[in-house]
Amino acid sequence: MKYAGLLVMPAGLFLALAALVLFTDPVQRTAFVVCGLAIEALGLGVAVRGHLLARGEHHL
Amino acid sequence: MNPAAPIPDTLFALALGLLFLAPLAVAGVALINVGLGRSRSAAQTLLGNLAMVAVAVILFALVGSAFAGALPGGAGHILTLGGKPWNLLGAGPLLASGLSSAPLQSQLALFFEVAAVALLVLLPWGSGADRVGLLAGCGMAAVLAVLVFPVAAHWSWSGGWLGSLGANFSLGEGFLDPGGAATIHVLGGLAALAVVWIAGPRRGKFPKEGFSTAMPGHNAVYVLFGCLLALVGWQAFNAAGALIWLHAPLSALPQIALDTVLSASAATAATFAVTRSRFGKPDASLCANGWMAGLVASSAIASVAPPIGALFVGMVAGIATPLLVELFELALSIDDPSGAIGVHAIAGIWGLLAAGIFSPRPGQLLAQLIGIGVLLGFFLPLIYFLFLALNRFLPFRVDSDGERMGLDLHELGGGAYPEFVIHRDESYR
Repeated sequence: MKYAGLLVMPAGLFLALAALVLFTDPVQRTAFVVCGLAIEALGLGVAVRGHLLARGEHHL
Repeated sequence: MNPAAPIPDTLFALALGLLFLAPLAVAGVALINVGLGRSRSAAQTLLGNLAMVAVAVILFALVGSAFAGALPGGAGHILTLGGKPWNLLGAGPLLASGLSSAPLQSQLALFFEVAAVALLVLLPWGSGADRVGLLAGCGMAAVLAVLVFPVAAHWSWSGGWLGSLGANFSLGEGFLDPGGAATIHVLGGLAALAVVWIAGPRRGKFPKEGFSTAMPGHNAVYVLFGCLLALVGWQAFNAAGALIWLHAPLSALPQIALDTVLSASAATAATFAVTRSRFGKPDASLCANGWMAGLVASSAIASVAPPIGALFVGMVAGIATPLLVELFELALSIDDPSGAIGVHAIAGIWGLLAAGIFSPRPGQLLAQLIGIGVLLGFFLPLIYFLFLALNRFLPFRVDSDGERMGLDLHELGGGAYPEFVIHRDESYR
């Protein structure tokens, strides 16, 4: 689950970078970049959740 | 940012003098790492700081600097996409050859990057304190100095695509990171998160039942003195960075210095107030973390924000720091003895965002957002998977006996304080 979250994060980055190439309008660019960052945050959340689940299984 | 522009002799001398003071930031962070760890691992932690700096500086000077592209060499590895050049990797000389004949600006850039990589590698080491071995620490330093930092330094500072967002896409001045908030601190904080995830918590930190065990640092004096040392180093990094990467005039330096100390002071005052209201007394180690968070945030904003802005940015960083420590430990099961994830990664991201808010140039905030996206979306997964691979060959975590007896005895054969009684760890009962 942690790996899945970490692999989702670059997908958000690609969305943000695509906005630079595809749009010249600042509003559209900003909207896409914010969406990309939101996806990165989602991926980070999944990774953190994966860490918590792993901790629950292996208490030290 | 335009790293290629020439620099006058007087500014060269000033920037060089400032860079001579930059290692004080390294010394400060090293002291903080030691003080926030346990007494039975103090010598191992400080030796680890030295060893990691040594490995990182040697490997960066010999190999990494070629990819960072501070010294003039080839044109760089450029991808053309959407009709725009994306400068992805430097193509400088290996072994820092030709340094003495390079332009003064390039010499300063290389020296700045060497000091930066030395500071960067200490951040994950503090988070892995009391459980990560020396060899693994050196391995981490090597990975960061050769594979990670050069890419980030090139993108932000040495003509890479992030720094060129202004020229290519009309986004302000491009990604602004003159003091290394992103390239040193966020990168180091994310590396700390990767280490904590891979190495796991200290033994007994999160018992199966009940709350997490408090494991306070063993020497608050080291920690607080480290903060004061770090201030000098930060002033040097922020001022030298503005001279080298932004070509700031001399008249800009007093405000940069003032912003740096204002941000740290506001952060400490805020942390002091928050910890006093929550616990009844101010917490020394959290106040130190607040100070450092203010310094980290200043690395991004010192060149662009007015003094009142620096106060605001520092205050937010200082309020967030103790809350983040609680969040990480109690809610997210993250055992980060030095607090590098909150202090360096989160405060650095906040500073980068604030730099976009305070900059008067249109598009600057978007450039900063894209830079933050790159740090989280590219560098965090990259560092995590590189460290995961490294962990297969050089296991990060020492064995449980070593952890129980303390890393000083386990790895060095002697303690840092041989004439003092080292108390038994209550968490092992």
